[in-house]
Amino acid sequence: MALVILAVMLFLTILGSVTAPYDPNKMQAKNRLQPPNMKNWFGTDHFGRDMLSRIMVATRLTLGTSLCILIIIALFGIAIGSISGYYPPAGAILMRIVDATMAFPSMLIALFLASIMGPGFMTVMIAVAAVYTPRLARLVHGITLTIATNTYVSAAKAVGVGEFRILTRYVILNAVSPIIVQCSFQLAHIILILAILDFLGVGFPPDVPSWGNMIATSRIYITRAPWLLIFPGVAISLAVISINIVGDTLRDAFDPHAQEHIQQG
Amino acid sequence: MTNFIIRRFLLMIPIMLMAGIICFLLIHFIPGNPAELMLGPEADQTVIAALTKKMGYDQPLYIQFFKWLQMVLRLDFGMSIYSHQPVISLIAHRAEASILIACGATILFSIFGILVGIISAVKRNSWLDQISMTLSLTFASMPSFWIGLNLMLIFAATLRWLPSSGYPGVIESGHISNLRYLILPCLTIAIPSTGLIARLTRSFFIDILSMEYINTARSKGLKESVVLIKHALRNALIPVVAVIGSYFAEIVSLSVVIETVFNVPGIGRLVVESILQRDYPTLQALLMLIAGLYVFINFLCDIIYAILDPRIQYD
Repeated sequence: MALVILAVMLFLTILGSVTAPYDPNKMQAKNRLQPPNMKNWFGTDHFGRDMLSRIMVATRLTLGTSLCILIIIALFGIAIGSISGYYPPAGAILMRIVDATMAFPSMLIALFLASIMGPGFMTVMIAVAAVYTPRLARLVHGITLTIATNTYVSAAKAVGVGEFRILTRYVILNAVSPIIVQCSFQLAHIILILAILDFLGVGFPPDVPSWGNMIATSRIYITRAPWLLIFPGVAISLAVISINIVGDTLRDAFDPHAQEHIQQG
Repeated sequence: MTNFIIRRFLLMIPIMLMAGIICFLLIHFIPGNPAELMLGPEADQTVIAALTKKMGYDQPLYIQFFKWLQMVLRLDFGMSIYSHQPVISLIAHRAEASILIACGATILFSIFGILVGIISAVKRNSWLDQISMTLSLTFASMPSFWIGLNLMLIFAATLRWLPSSGYPGVIESGHISNLRYLILPCLTIAIPSTGLIARLTRSFFIDILSMEYINTARSKGLKESVVLIKHALRNALIPVVAVIGSYFAEIVSLSVVIETVFNVPGIGRLVVESILQRDYPTLQALLMLIAGLYVFINFLCDIIYAILDPRIQYD
């Protein structure tokens, strides 16, 4: 079930506006705030724009951006984590910096970074990536420490395998499964934090159709047009639930004894 | 035990110092003059120069840091750039709502989360477990502000049982009934958190139930209720207490969003305002406060942990 929802959303992400029944930005003054009906399944917003089309476009935007952010986090997190796990002196310094940044709630840091850099796509991506990279780095650091003590690593060193090759082929490849599990949970967090930044007004520019922006504007029409609030929220929730279920399944598949532990946002 | 508490207490000092350095450097990491950033691009050069001089931004960084540290140790965080009030009184004024919301929500989600988690673990794989775990996952995956807006739509806008936003302080107005303004914000924080705590309690409890000593207790012929409460519950609660302690950071993040949704004049709202208005003295003070509380709550948790778990060595 979760996979089906994710597949549909990924499909929307790749196809984008092709699937939308109407132009998501076309304003029709006489169709303002229409409740859901046969023509506009999810109703229309305060400019008479079709909500279904806007949610489809927002899916592309949010999932696309989230995946880009996740790739940035994975690259930097794995690099920082594995280097600091493999070379203890570097680790001592890097991990102290990581610890210090994690003493503050991640959302506040993202909010602060997003507000000083001003609104825009790059801003949001950098702010969110900067917050979650230390978390992944910390996990990779821990795994690298244990992997590096294995005999096969010493054996590789003994036969003269290069440092870089040991790090990429022997250490990181063996750490892949927990990293994938962690990344899937982080993807869920990224989607939520993107929505929160939009809602607080420091995320995507306000005219861009994103799930968070749509909910933010719906506040004004909360009694007159509750469908403006409900459908984008359902979209976010479905996405996050499916990703969490896939993450749970992956974790159980990779490590049946793994304990559920807190995924802080 | 006393020894342990003192040592654990002293450990807080270097952590706070580190947090202080980060708070201080935060506004100096941003390229450009902090005074210029706070006043915005249209500000007059003479005004910027005056503020630079007043805040001491023209002095070397380490002198600024020690001056700031001296002030912080006296709990004097300077004046707010935006409202021209002392930061500390601004925070004190806003603390009431946030403390009430945080405590109310913590009590709610601790009780219900642990209760639901235990019931699910004991009735593992029954329909009750399936339903409560599905609900837990669903609530934990919803965006918090969306839950808040939905509650507002149902209980304030449609049913008109509760006020939708704002909070006239109980201390200021003297009306206890004003607490009803805080019910929806409390619920909004408690609902997703209950789901999370329930899932954790369930998995800890299931781990404990598969332990040898539970089998031993059962084979001794103890009543199931004694086995569950005396042998399993106490051990399962230890990790849960640790989680609830570290959950403080999450509550701060949630409060920031929820106080914005319900327009509650609390600390979380002040954080958003100080970030958006670039009121850096206020922001620095708030971050120090949050970091300090976080460190202190972790300290308390470690002590509770030590009391609950006799295996932990005190000295």
